[in-house]
Order: sequence, then structure tokens, then C-alpha cells
Amino acid sequence: MSLLAIKDLGVSINGTAILHDVSLRMTHGEIVAITGESGSGKSMTALAVMGLLPRGATAAGQIVLDSTDILRTSETDLCQMRGNAMGMVFQEPMTALNPVQTIGDQVAETILIHEKTTKVEAHDRAAAMLARVGLKLSPTRYPHELSGGQRQRVVIAMAIALRPKLLIADEPTTALDVTTQARILDLLRDLVREFDMGLLIITHDLAVVADVADKIVVMQKGRVVEAGATQDLLANMQHPYTKALFEASTHVVSLPEAKPSAPMLSVQDVVRDYPITRRRLRGPRPMFRALHDISFEINQGERLGLVGESGCGKSTLTRAILGLEDVQGGEIRLDGQAVFAGKRPNLAVRRKMQVVFQDPYSSFNPRHRVERLITEPFHLLDSPPTGQARQAAIAKALGDVGLTPEDASKFIHEFSGGQRQRIAIARALIVEPELIIFDEAVSALDVSVRAQVLDLIAELCRKRPLAYLFISHDLSVVRSVTDRVIVMQAGKIVEQGETEAVFANPQHPYTQTLIAAAPQLPQIGMVV
Amino acid sequence: MSRNLIIGTVLTSIFVALAAVSFVWTPHDIETLDIPNKLQGPGGGNLLGTDHFGRDILSMIMMGARTSIAVAVVAVGIGMALGIPLGLLAAARHGSLLDELIMRGNDLVFAFPSLVIAILITAVFGASAVNAIIAIGIFNIPVFARLTRGAALPLWERDFILAARVCGKSATRISVEHILPNITNLMIVQGTIQFSLGILAEAALSYIGLGAQPPTASWGRMLADAQTLVSIAPHTALVPGFAILLMVLGLNLMGDGLRDWLDPRIRVART
Repeated sequence: MSLLAIKDLGVSINGTAILHDVSLRMTHGEIVAITGESGSGKSMTALAVMGLLPRGATAAGQIVLDSTDILRTSETDLCQMRGNAMGMVFQEPMTALNPVQTIGDQVAETILIHEKTTKVEAHDRAAAMLARVGLKLSPTRYPHELSGGQRQRVVIAMAIALRPKLLIADEPTTALDVTTQARILDLLRDLVREFDMGLLIITHDLAVVADVADKIVVMQKGRVVEAGATQDLLANMQHPYTKALFEASTHVVSLPEAKPSAPMLSVQDVVRDYPITRRRLRGPRPMFRALHDISFEINQGERLGLVGESGCGKSTLTRAILGLEDVQGGEIRLDGQAVFAGKRPNLAVRRKMQVVFQDPYSSFNPRHRVERLITEPFHLLDSPPTGQARQAAIAKALGDVGLTPEDASKFIHEFSGGQRQRIAIARALIVEPELIIFDEAVSALDVSVRAQVLDLIAELCRKRPLAYLFISHDLSVVRSVTDRVIVMQAGKIVEQGETEAVFANPQHPYTQTLIAAAPQLPQIGMVV
Repeated sequence: MSRNLIIGTVLTSIFVALAAVSFVWTPHDIETLDIPNKLQGPGGGNLLGTDHFGRDILSMIMMGARTSIAVAVVAVGIGMALGIPLGLLAAARHGSLLDELIMRGNDLVFAFPSLVIAILITAVFGASAVNAIIAIGIFNIPVFARLTRGAALPLWERDFILAARVCGKSATRISVEHILPNITNLMIVQGTIQFSLGILAEAALSYIGLGAQPPTASWGRMLADAQTLVSIAPHTALVPGFAILLMVLGLNLMGDGLRDWLDPRIRVART
């Protein structure tokens, strides 16, 4: 008998249809992955199963969990079921926990709500559950003392504390580093086998899907376009959207050949210290060393990748190179000039560098029009173009990234995430810098959009000599768009070399771990 | 638009209109006394009756609205003109000694009961509308400084500010160009609330004789004058009392409504 059967589920919010005829079945001990791009309705499906549809939503069809139809169950009964019969793990472990309660209390709370037990017993069971999810910490710790991966383990412990029959995980590893992601996925897989529960995992990451799922459901615009057992589906894709999706995620951009050239940016023995909170009332403030003797060079027209997990010092290094913060030791020079002259950043150097940030939604002032947004770097020029020349520069920059000159008078909210990232690139290009820093610039984008943006970057490289530093946690992307790569761990460079050489034959144990942990898409026979 | 916003705007507009009309026309002249005609009830020759000097109360209310609004506008203006730049500065230099100084200075001003200090100021420097404005205005400064700093701090963490810094823009320029436009909504809402508090403060100061001096009309002093006459001619106290009540109510409703209307998150949740 099936554990969960969704039949012809349709959801509309205020009259706008979000889901159309979604159907799927899963049994005990099975891992089903729903995948698709943003707006495909995968999270809405999960919320519908939990009976947590947003206000104003109406649902039609059937969601039968263990012979109970969720859509025809009262809120009171649903509260009984949530946590008990079904548990949920959210994407963002940083906000999913209450910061003022210990982790033990939070897990015990789930138990106390649903079962009549003593506090002592609930806390014992909570401690056991925390140990089961691999957390070797005291239950009296507070969430802020934990890392992202550890918090996600607490969230999982809360979700499975009562051994639910169905666990729903909405992008459970998206916010985590690759090595942590691998461990969390292992944990989820083990728990499914041990408790014989069903796991409905929602993710946009096809490599994760291929790695863990028994069954795949591909969604597009609120419809299921294709579903099937993982091996069958991967071997024999039917729907063009599925094919396009998998193609985009294994997309390889064709970079022009890098020519040998002179060094441009040189980073020499850079040290960056941050003062941290005093441990004692008197005495010097302790310092945290975020960067240890970092040295590397970028040649003209060279594409350098920077890989490392969160907290390795990537962002600190970016800020130091951009001259936003001074360093405590060493030197950063671009074309022989220091980026930080005395106490002030050197504007003459800064105009040779631009940056594209990760989040396309926070990198623009929502109150300015595109023309004003992308001409902001003109501030760096001694005599910025005016009138006709300015209009021409705007049109050229927009044209270069595949937008039209008419887009100049629009506001940023009229654009999608991918278009915004193009505008961010246009903003970086408008002063024709020698070096662009892409700080996780494609990480927040859907696979198909990401492929387009990567193609755009490759095309820009063909048009003019463009050097960039491409920072990413996504190894496959770094591999495809860089000539050379640097691997950072805990503020130190542990390995650097030609991209292909490093990926094919990693020397440092950390690099080996990183590459091993990254989920891989199996080679798919796309032969027709 | 919410019901609050509409009611609030209508009430406020009525008083602003009365104040504006008083510049060109009032039903009666309020500077001539007409003792034989004193303490007339509403209706008859005077729509809202007359006071103990026989002056037309409606005309006094209109002239009083002018005083109240002028005092409140200038007081809020002082608060904004000094408080917002201080808040922006503190946010731009977050964590520095300057930030500490500004914010602790604010705490210091906040620590004093505002009306008592306003009384002190007017008592020392003489009772006049100008001194009342300054006294009320000083206490608006920390309100706006705190609010500005609080709203600006999260904005400083956003990527578009980082992008502006990469473009070599100074902290001052970023504050004016990027931070200020993004906190305007908040300032408008807070301005409305402070405006109503200013009206109350002005009425309170005039009530104890430390606000605008005769012959300038003021709602607070009308109340004070009517105090002893409440049992004989209740309308002399009720009319200015209701004027204060309705104006403050209108401004608060408007502030409340504006906050909802200007905040897109709440607007979405309502629809």
C-alpha cells in the first residue's frame, strides 16, 4: 500500500493557478525527489502535503497520507499529524531554530506537544535523537554556537523525533557546503532505511537528485512533466524540458584559449586580522586571522577560480582585493599600483576592477532606474561621459549582456533573477575594467539561466581580453569557466594550479575531499 | 487605501484647510472684544458660540489651528533636519566612537521627561511660541536619529551598497544617494506621529501659559481660559478640547494608514 498518494492536486492562490493536476505516489522506505526550477511549484506541493498552504490558497484533488486525506482534514487534526505522522526540514538552518532555546529543549518540545510523557523522559529521548543524527554536542547548546551543518542536523532531529512516516525536506542542503551536504544526504538516506519512512526531497540540484532519489518527479510551471524511477528516467528521458534541464546542469562553456601574458594583479603575503570580542575585561582584544599569508597572481586575460567552503576567507579576500578594507600585512597590487594607498583606497586602481555579487535581488537599489544603476561606476572616472556618449555607453553595455537599450528606463523589479545578473555584469563592464570579480555570481540562479550567464561570460571573453576571479563553491562551474584554480581552506591557500590538473589529480587531502564530496551527475546517454 | 488612512487624511485636511482659510477670512474678528455678547451658546450669530470676552469660538479655533500646525511643523522639521543626518552619520560610522557619542547623546536627551524640560526651557528663556517650538523640536531629534540609524544599518549590509563602495563613492554620498531614498517611507510615517505629539505638546505648553502668548490664539490657552467656566458654558471647553482630540486622532490614523500603505509587505498580505 502506498504511503502518500497525491491525485490531481490543483492549487490556486487568489484565482491564479499555481499547480495543475499534480499526481505522485510513494511507499514506505522510498526516497522521492521533486525537482524543477524556481516557480515550478515544487515547494508549493510540499506545503500542500503538510497542509500549510498560504492564506488565500484553494486546493482541489486528493492528498492521501496513510488513508487520511490532508485536504479534508481539520486544522486541529492536522496539528496532531504535523511532527507526528509527517515531519519537515527547511532550507535555511540559520532561521529554522529558535535562537533563545537550547537545541535539546527544541527537540524535546516536539515530543512533549504530541505525547504525554514527563519532561525528563522527553529530554532523554531528545538527547538520544540528537546523538542519532550524529551531533556530538551537549543538548544544552544554543543554536548560535553551532555551524550550519550542525543546525541542519538539529532540524532533522526535530523532524524525526516522533518517527514520522513521511519526512519532507525542502532544499535541505542548498545552504550548506559540499562536504557538509554529502554528510547530511548520507544521514537522510540512513534514517530512511532505519525508520522505514518515506522521504520527499525537494531540490533544484539535479546531481543531488540523481545521487539519493529512488524516484524522480520533474516539475515545470506547476505541472509534472515527467516522473519515473531514477535509473529509468536518467537513461531514457522523454520530455524535452527534462532533457534541457539535465543538459543545462552539465553545461560546458567553451572558453577561448588563454594566451600567455604578463601578470596584472599580484597578491603578496596578505594577512587580514579581525578583532574579536574580548574574553576578559582588561587586556588586549584577541585577533582572528582570516587570511594567512595569501599569495597569488592573475595575468592579463586570465580566468582564475577560487574554491572553498564558507568561512574559508573568500569574501575577506574579495574585499581586500577591491580595496574596501585594508590588510594587516602583505601587499595587493594591480598593474604595479597598490589598491590601498595609505589610509584611503586608490581610485586609480579601483576603476580597473569591478565586481558581480551573488544575490541578484539585493545588488541593486530598488529606487533607481537601470540607466542610473549601471552607470554608477562612472563615478570612478575623472571625466565621465555625458549626453550622447553616455547614452551610447549605456546601450553598448546593455547590448553586450543581451538586453535592449529600452531596458535602461525600467526599474530593477521588472527583471527576473537571470536578467538582473546580466544587468550586474553590464554595470561591471561599463567602465571596461581589466579585472572582474564574480563573487558566487551564478550560485543563486536556476540551472538553465546559469548556463546562459556562463555562456555570456565566455562570449565576453572572446570579444575582449577579460581577466576575472571566479569565486564559487560549485566545483563543476569553476571547472568549466576557469584556466587556473586556487583552493582555500581556513584562510590558507592549500592548492593552486591549472584547473584541469587540479581537478583530475588533486594533491592536497582537502581538495580530494572537496572533489569526492561534490555530487556528480551520472553520464547520461543522450544518444537518440 | 485602508479606512484608517482615509479617515485620518480627511480629519487632518479639514484642520489644515481651516488654518489656511483663516489667513484670508474668519467669521468674526478675534481681536475685538464684545463683552455684552459673551458666553453665547452655539448657533445664532456665532456658529460655535462665544467665549468670556465675547470672541467667536469658531474664529479662534481657526486661528488656533494655525498656531498648532505651525509649531508642530517647525518642531518636526527641526527633529528631521538634525535627527536624520545624525542617524545617517551614526550608521555610516557604525561601531566607531562617533556612533557611540551620537547614540549616547540621544539616550541622554531621551532620559529627560520631554514636557518638563520644555517647561524649563520656556520658563528660563521666556514664554513664547518660538521657545515652545525649539523645546518641542529638540526632543524630536533623538526620535529621528534612532529611527534613521536603525533603518540604515541593515541597508549598509546590502550588496548594492557594496557595489556603490566599489565604485568609489564616499559614505556621505552613499547615505544621500542610496540610504535616504530607501528610508523615506519610514520618515514620513514617523513624521506624522511626531506631528501629532507636537500638537499635543504645544497645547500642553499653552495650557500652562508657556506657549503662544495673547493675542495669538491657541487651543491650549482656550482650554485653560474655559476651565473655570465649564459649569456655566461647557461649549467653551468642549470645542477646543474636541479640536485637539480630532486633529491628533486624525494624524495618528493617517500615520497608521500610511505605514500600512507604504509597506509593500503588509499591502500584499491585505489583498
